[in-house]
Amino acid sequence: MIRDITIGQYYPTDSVIHRLDPRTKLVWTLAYIFSLFLFRSFASYVVATVLLVTVIKISKVPFKFMVKGMKAVVILLLITVVFNLFLIPGTTLVQIWKLRITYEGLNTAVFMALRLTYLIIGSSVMTLTTTPNQLTDGMEKGLAPLNKIHVPVHDVAMMMSIALRFIPILLEETDKIMKAQMARGADFESGNLITKAKNMIPLLVPLFISAFRRANDLAMAMEARGYYGGEGRTKMRPLVYQKNDRIAYAILPVYLIAMFAAKKIVGI
Amino acid sequence: MSIKLEHINYIYGEETAYEKHALKDINLEIPDGQFVGIIGHTGSGKSTLIQHLNGLIKATSGVIYYNGENIYAEGYSMKELRSHVGLVFQYPEYQLFEADVLSDVCFGPKNLGLSEEEVKMRSLEALHQVGLKEKYYDKSPFDLSGGQKRRVAIAGILAMHPEVLILDEPTAGLDPKGRDDILDQIAKLHKERGITVILVSHSMEDVAKYVDRIIVMDHGCMKFDGEPKKVFEHYKELESIGLSAPQVTYVMQDLKEKGFDVDVHAITVEEAKQSILQVFGMKVKKNGSEENV
Amino acid sequence: MKDIINIKKLIHDYQKYNEDGKVESTYRAVDEVSLDVQPGQFIAILGHNGSGKSTLAKHLNAILLPTEGTVYVDGKDTRDEEKIKEIRQTAGMVFQNPDNQIIGTVVDEDVAFGPENMGVPSKEIEKRVEEGLKTVEMWEYRSHSPNKLSGGQKQRVAIAGVVAMHPKCIVLDEPTAMLDPVGRKEVIQAAWKLNKEEHVTIILITHYMEEVTSADQVIVMEQGKVLMQGTPKEVFSRVEELKEHRLDVPQVTMLAHELRKSGLNIPEGILTREELIEELVKLKTTADAEGGAICP
Repeated sequence: MIRDITIGQYYPTDSVIHRLDPRTKLVWTLAYIFSLFLFRSFASYVVATVLLVTVIKISKVPFKFMVKGMKAVVILLLITVVFNLFLIPGTTLVQIWKLRITYEGLNTAVFMALRLTYLIIGSSVMTLTTTPNQLTDGMEKGLAPLNKIHVPVHDVAMMMSIALRFIPILLEETDKIMKAQMARGADFESGNLITKAKNMIPLLVPLFISAFRRANDLAMAMEARGYYGGEGRTKMRPLVYQKNDRIAYAILPVYLIAMFAAKKIVGI
Repeated sequence: MSIKLEHINYIYGEETAYEKHALKDINLEIPDGQFVGIIGHTGSGKSTLIQHLNGLIKATSGVIYYNGENIYAEGYSMKELRSHVGLVFQYPEYQLFEADVLSDVCFGPKNLGLSEEEVKMRSLEALHQVGLKEKYYDKSPFDLSGGQKRRVAIAGILAMHPEVLILDEPTAGLDPKGRDDILDQIAKLHKERGITVILVSHSMEDVAKYVDRIIVMDHGCMKFDGEPKKVFEHYKELESIGLSAPQVTYVMQDLKEKGFDVDVHAITVEEAKQSILQVFGMKVKKNGSEENV
Repeated sequence: MKDIINIKKLIHDYQKYNEDGKVESTYRAVDEVSLDVQPGQFIAILGHNGSGKSTLAKHLNAILLPTEGTVYVDGKDTRDEEKIKEIRQTAGMVFQNPDNQIIGTVVDEDVAFGPENMGVPSKEIEKRVEEGLKTVEMWEYRSHSPNKLSGGQKQRVAIAGVVAMHPKCIVLDEPTAMLDPVGRKEVIQAAWKLNKEEHVTIILITHYMEEVTSADQVIVMEQGKVLMQGTPKEVFSRVEELKEHRLDVPQVTMLAHELRKSGLNIPEGILTREELIEELVKLKTTADAEGGAICP
């Protein structure tokens, strides 16, 4: 059951966005996040909105999946809005008893809320259209120049993809061990923080041992299949930029200029 | 000490893409002291079923009675139920965690809130029952062999003095010697202590040799329920659901087809031998010498 | 024909170290074993847990190195560091735990792992992955996550991953120990297919006797030594000895042996149901012809 949870919530379908090189998507996501912080103007955010909506449409992922990520941050969002609304000094707009809403406060609150929302949705586009392994491959190829200064890019990427592969397995094992200990009367629910921590030992010790055992087995299997690290390795599906990637990279500066221009021209 | 299941259904992953109706209208009664075997293909629901018996999984609908009490009733202690219904999972050696064998076995009885003396006494008794030599009691469980570790894990449940002992594939991954040892120990426990034993297994030969009753699970339903001989009569149907009868059953069926007047219900080598010898007009006396009929 | 495997007086000792790094005890897992395997054979190695069979298996692709003695894979000494890559390409290995040998998050990516390590060009890798998966009949699962597969399917993917390296020999170290009967059948069938159709030498380590009745050679190990060696018929004829050593014998063989002990004239080494039925039918026909019971 637990094995059915996909990490990163990848939504499998065939779209231009899905088929883009993961490096392109990574660069774009970073640039997009950067732009949200740099251009603090409503006009710029309109530009960002146009981009977001267009990309979501092209990705063919249903909108409801995009907002799923928002569920986790609703509380944070509310706190941010409330704090900024009531606690920033400036010209008063509304006053209810002791609580003042200032113009600056409203401005900041709205921007923070928008920024957070767009950040989440933008990142969701990334994770919904790219599998975790595509991401690690993208990072491995993209950061490859770092190999020259002896940063173990390949090793880290390999470790990350193996970790991703085993997360569902270890989750399932945690469930099994919990049940086995519960069958021996273990109680993982009651007690204060210290008691709960102590009660975790029958869960954590077997889990760690199991993880080590798996790592040992896996290392043997990898060696048996000729693994010696990244040197000399080829890839079945090497990452190669396609026409769409080049177009995407070309649009990037256009987008940033548009953001800048909107702010300058419209002013707010 | 009986267990009764009425109209048990279990569905998980409701309203997601992975919804599965794992148990479909299970009605079952297991009387005190029975030795039951549950067999079924992977995914048939047998593991899910046994986890219902000690309350680890709660049924979506239906009732379970232990000793006449409804375990889903308000205020019923599942923790207490688990002290009466002991469940040994598959590859139980993966649950060991203490620094030494004895301490690990003590974990279960300790959780029952018993006195230190009682805990130690029960643990030593349980270790003795699974046939583990005393010299291992103060060793780290991780220094033991796979088969030994498994016995420690089983002792961990026995030390809780359950009235019902459920074992999920206790012979998984063991070699023939290890397998025979564990099954013999379990059969001995059943005989000496009179506890109810429920054995989940893939191995028809093992199950046929020891149990009084076989329940066959197929895609969440109970397909057959009865004495081993009766159940293995349906060997063709068992095959179609991914199981098989013991090898000798097939031999007997084949012989019958060829005109031999043999007992097609033979499920062990000994029974098959006797039946075949009879056809040839021979009989073997208990001390092994022959005698013509 | 050159042998594909030569094991000469192999000894393997495991050493246990105490906390100070000193050797606390030595355990001899393999005790002077010699074995030759010809290409294209199907060899089975049986024995208890602790008999040394798994240790022996791990020498065949240089995961373990000999304490004494030598192991040659396709003429290459496993102690020769420079030849290890070649040796591991010649002798592939499939392990017991299905999950702990799958590295990719998608089936075809995992099968590609071996060829990728060998530096095979991308297009060729794709071809090999397809061939490998088709051989084990898992091609339709190529885009699936391994997590959703059954044990037997996972092991077949593991086999495909080894096949994609184009080895001459595949060692399967208790590949069915953690599987259900359906999975076991799938895996053993895949191994036989590779042996019969692709002429891959197969070395199967197992303790399920039914899996090896058609092998070319059966080797039974006990406490690091070779206890018995021969054709399946030869080995399984020694029922009493096998039972003494607490080893399994297929029910049919056991039945035949018991009947023979009781006086029926059945030859030793009956391995299959069909053979037993045949013999019994023969006996009955003779008995009926002679009008009555068979007298010893």
